[in-house]
Amino acid sequence: MTDVKHTTRRTILKGAAGLAGLAAMPGLLSTAAHAADMTVGFIYVGPKDDFGYNQAHAEGAAAVKAMDGVTVIEEENVPEAVDVQKSMASMVNLDGAQMVFATSFGYFNPHVIETAPKFPDVRFQHTGGLWVEGEHPTNVGSQFGYIGTGQYLNGVAAGHATKTKKIGFVAAKPIPQVLLNINSFLLGARSVDPEITCQVIFTGEWSLAVKEAEATNALLDQGVDVVTCHVDAPKVVVETASNRDAFVCGYHVDQSLLAPQKYLTGAEWNWASVFPDMVAKIKAGESVPNFVRGGLADGFVKMSPLGPAVTDQARKQFEATKAEIMKGDFSVIKGPLKDNTGKEIAVAGTGFAETDVALEKMDYLVEGVLGSTS
Amino acid sequence: MSADDLGLWAVPIAMLGGAIRVSTPFILVSLGECITERSGRINLGLEGTLVFGAMAGYAVAYESGSAWIGVAGAALAGTAFGLVHGWICKLPRVNDIAVGIALMLFGIGLAFFFGKPYIQPSAPDLPSIPLGFWSDIPQLEAALRVNVLFIIGIALAFVIAWMFRSTRTGLTIRVVGDSSDAARAMGIDANRVRLLSTAAGGALAGVAGAYLSLYYPGSWTEGISSGQGLMAVALVIFARWNPINCIWAALLFGAAGALGPALQSVGVTSGYYLSYAAPYVLTLIILIATSSTTRALEGAPGELSITK
Amino acid sequence: MSVSARQRTIATGTLQAGGLRGFLSNRKAEAVLVPTGALLAAFVLFSVFLLFLGKSPVEFFQLVWRAGFGTQFSWENTLSRTAPLLLAALCVAIPSRLGLIVIGGEGAIVLGGVAAGAFAIFATGLPGALGMVGMALAAMAMGGIWIGLIGYLRHARGVNETISSLLLAYIAIALMNHFIEGPLRDPASLNKPSTAPVDEAYRIGNLPSLDVHWGLAVGILACIVSYILIEKTTFGFAARIVGGNTRAARIQGLPVGRLMVGFCALAGAFAGLAGMIEVAAVHGSANASLAAGYGYTGILIAFLARHNMLAIIPVAILLAGIEASSGLVQRRMDLPDATMLVLQGLVFIIILMSETLIGRFAIFQPKTEAV
Repeated sequence: MTDVKHTTRRTILKGAAGLAGLAAMPGLLSTAAHAADMTVGFIYVGPKDDFGYNQAHAEGAAAVKAMDGVTVIEEENVPEAVDVQKSMASMVNLDGAQMVFATSFGYFNPHVIETAPKFPDVRFQHTGGLWVEGEHPTNVGSQFGYIGTGQYLNGVAAGHATKTKKIGFVAAKPIPQVLLNINSFLLGARSVDPEITCQVIFTGEWSLAVKEAEATNALLDQGVDVVTCHVDAPKVVVETASNRDAFVCGYHVDQSLLAPQKYLTGAEWNWASVFPDMVAKIKAGESVPNFVRGGLADGFVKMSPLGPAVTDQARKQFEATKAEIMKGDFSVIKGPLKDNTGKEIAVAGTGFAETDVALEKMDYLVEGVLGSTS
Repeated sequence: MSADDLGLWAVPIAMLGGAIRVSTPFILVSLGECITERSGRINLGLEGTLVFGAMAGYAVAYESGSAWIGVAGAALAGTAFGLVHGWICKLPRVNDIAVGIALMLFGIGLAFFFGKPYIQPSAPDLPSIPLGFWSDIPQLEAALRVNVLFIIGIALAFVIAWMFRSTRTGLTIRVVGDSSDAARAMGIDANRVRLLSTAAGGALAGVAGAYLSLYYPGSWTEGISSGQGLMAVALVIFARWNPINCIWAALLFGAAGALGPALQSVGVTSGYYLSYAAPYVLTLIILIATSSTTRALEGAPGELSITK
Repeated sequence: MSVSARQRTIATGTLQAGGLRGFLSNRKAEAVLVPTGALLAAFVLFSVFLLFLGKSPVEFFQLVWRAGFGTQFSWENTLSRTAPLLLAALCVAIPSRLGLIVIGGEGAIVLGGVAAGAFAIFATGLPGALGMVGMALAAMAMGGIWIGLIGYLRHARGVNETISSLLLAYIAIALMNHFIEGPLRDPASLNKPSTAPVDEAYRIGNLPSLDVHWGLAVGILACIVSYILIEKTTFGFAARIVGGNTRAARIQGLPVGRLMVGFCALAGAFAGLAGMIEVAAVHGSANASLAAGYGYTGILIAFLARHNMLAIIPVAILLAGIEASSGLVQRRMDLPDATMLVLQGLVFIIILMSETLIGRFAIFQPKTEAV
């Protein structure tokens, strides 16, 4: 624990020193801005160091910041209302941004879609949206990663770690992206032991600390001994579960620092490997596809290093499954599979590859998930 | 009954655990507000004090390495906010409710402003006492893992009740709260009493914030409070300004808050937004049932602006 | 002839004797100058705060000016944010005339938005104007009932309106989520649960040659109508008596209950209308983004405007301008977004403190010898 604290404090001190340095040299800062020939804006819906969704994007922004000739401007805590429309426009009008990353899902429709046509020379990138040819502006792109496959790998680790055969999922809202993650987590665990069930609790909000803690406790009270989540900031879930001696799988970013002993692995975004490439292409005047998706193999998603509690047997299956996924054509959702109301999802021999757009419209929980979509 | 299959029994056990975990900040803030309101002032700014206390407690605990020093820091910060509220309200023609709302905004703003560097690091947690050690049902054991601040809160309620009933300080606060004129006739400086009562209320709200960030949920984030500071003001009214009742009100509210997740965990899944609203609906219903226009609210301090 | 000449002399005389002093000797000037002075004092204090942090206050206020008011885009940015704030502030200011402090306008805004969204789903195919009016009426009815209930509970049961409005705001947000993720959810809304998109014909467009929607005009009109209602009609007069002393008003035979419910319902109707405008002009459907906190900013604006319906307009624009500049300040000065919250809190506190000065400056008091 002391080690962890030491590192974080040092990082902060370094950061603070850096900030002080910048503040002390306003001249330098403005020269740097002049030398840059491209400005890229990032807009977050929450704080950018939340150990979660926003931090995952901020890490991408940090990688862009490290590029030559690129200035990054950022705004935090921008609501999904007229605010974000004006923040995007302000970045373009007042700071000359040529590319804006609007990172929250709720920014897409109508905010990005309505703002983009006003600035045809600016490229707008959005995470999670379903860009449709002919319906949406051509200067908008939507990127997303097949992080459900990462949750499948989380499930493999969880399946080996659980003793009670019950794993748990703290979820924000029953929307397709979340449902896919829940289903993948359970199916990963069932690839280890088909008896395992997954209890899900919806908190109803993307970020609500006390409710997330209560949901975690309610899961543990039901005998769940491995927990993961899909909320904006998994910090509370990870800490609450590990404090009660349950194992945790992370989400969005690496949370192993928060529970060094209990953290198994985690499904992380890897925007740092995606965004710089996009920015470089736009800067060079090349085209970037409007609809960008990628998985583990494409470097859009990565897994946290396996924690000390992962057994050798678990590690072996985890690595084997991961290798298979890296080969491509891997289906998490494959037959024979029913949903938890008994409806058939896929018959034996068929399946949905992770690239299948149908998965982005998921409206069911698979058999073995305790919970309902409404 | 096997230990890992409690069936529907899980709901009351979860509610017990939830009541204990979730209610602590409500107990502390409502006791603080109880003192303030008994002196004839209302401080709606406790939400801001609580959020700032959460930040300050976390930051101090992280920097000092001791959760208890963090709690002390939060109490100190809370006192400062209380003093500011009390001092501003001393000015003639200034509305205490409005000042409270302003301080709420200001406190939250300052907390977010100075709290940015502390979102990431991990501060030491407050310890808990395993009161459920005798049980072999892990759920019950977990539910009865009780934080020291919870016990302090309960004890404090009795101390404050005793103070109001049997001490000179308590009597002074009550006189000031019931009638400024009577206080003046007795040679009591009403403003000074209210200033100190508001400061005491602030200190407790600060500690409540530290409970949130240092114990449960146990980290500093900008969404740490879900309105505990505001709700406590409502709880004091339905506790009829009685410190012992504050405990029951807070426990009831905490238990109602645990209902939503607990119901989902046993398979009652539909309409969870409505079960999440249960604590607010319950509070409102009790408020409506116990209010009346014909008689003054029983136990209400006469000088209190909201019941005049 | 001689009479009118005489009158003219008197008039000129008064003017000469008055001058600056004559202008100042009047409560209206006081009501403007004291809060303005307080605002400046708050800016000075905030500058000290910035200096303490090693940031330049000059740069800060330059940026606020530039991003809030300095360019055509900045004005459009500010005015776009103003619309919901005007209506949210009315939801606080109108009940305050009866002495009620209602802080739960957010609840009426979100439910108004849901009602408007629901109307748009069930009444499709109407002519555009009719559809818009229908949405507005549905939202206003919803908001009116919601806040009217608070007035009713206060009158009939003596339930404190501040607390009940707060509780009802939490309940309203839960109801909103329940409806947009349950019965009213458009299955096609996938990852952002929403009601079905509002018919294009029902969408509110922009004002001529401005990138600001018509909601601004509606908001300003609502402020003016409220001002006339409160200051120029017998209803308003009766309400002010109730606000001054409820017991006396009751003895006078004023319909206290009806006034309380009616004014609260009107306040709620405006907040509901704000929700409808958000749906029809900004979001295009009702969804959880409706809970954007406008109701809470409205409290601040109403108090800063000292519950004067006309003063709400400039104060809302000022606040919107400060919010509009938050982004530029974050980007250029490396200050966190919470900076604006600190500034708003400080302004709020200092302006409330300045209340105590009203009536204290001899210069503002009408001179007895002049009468």
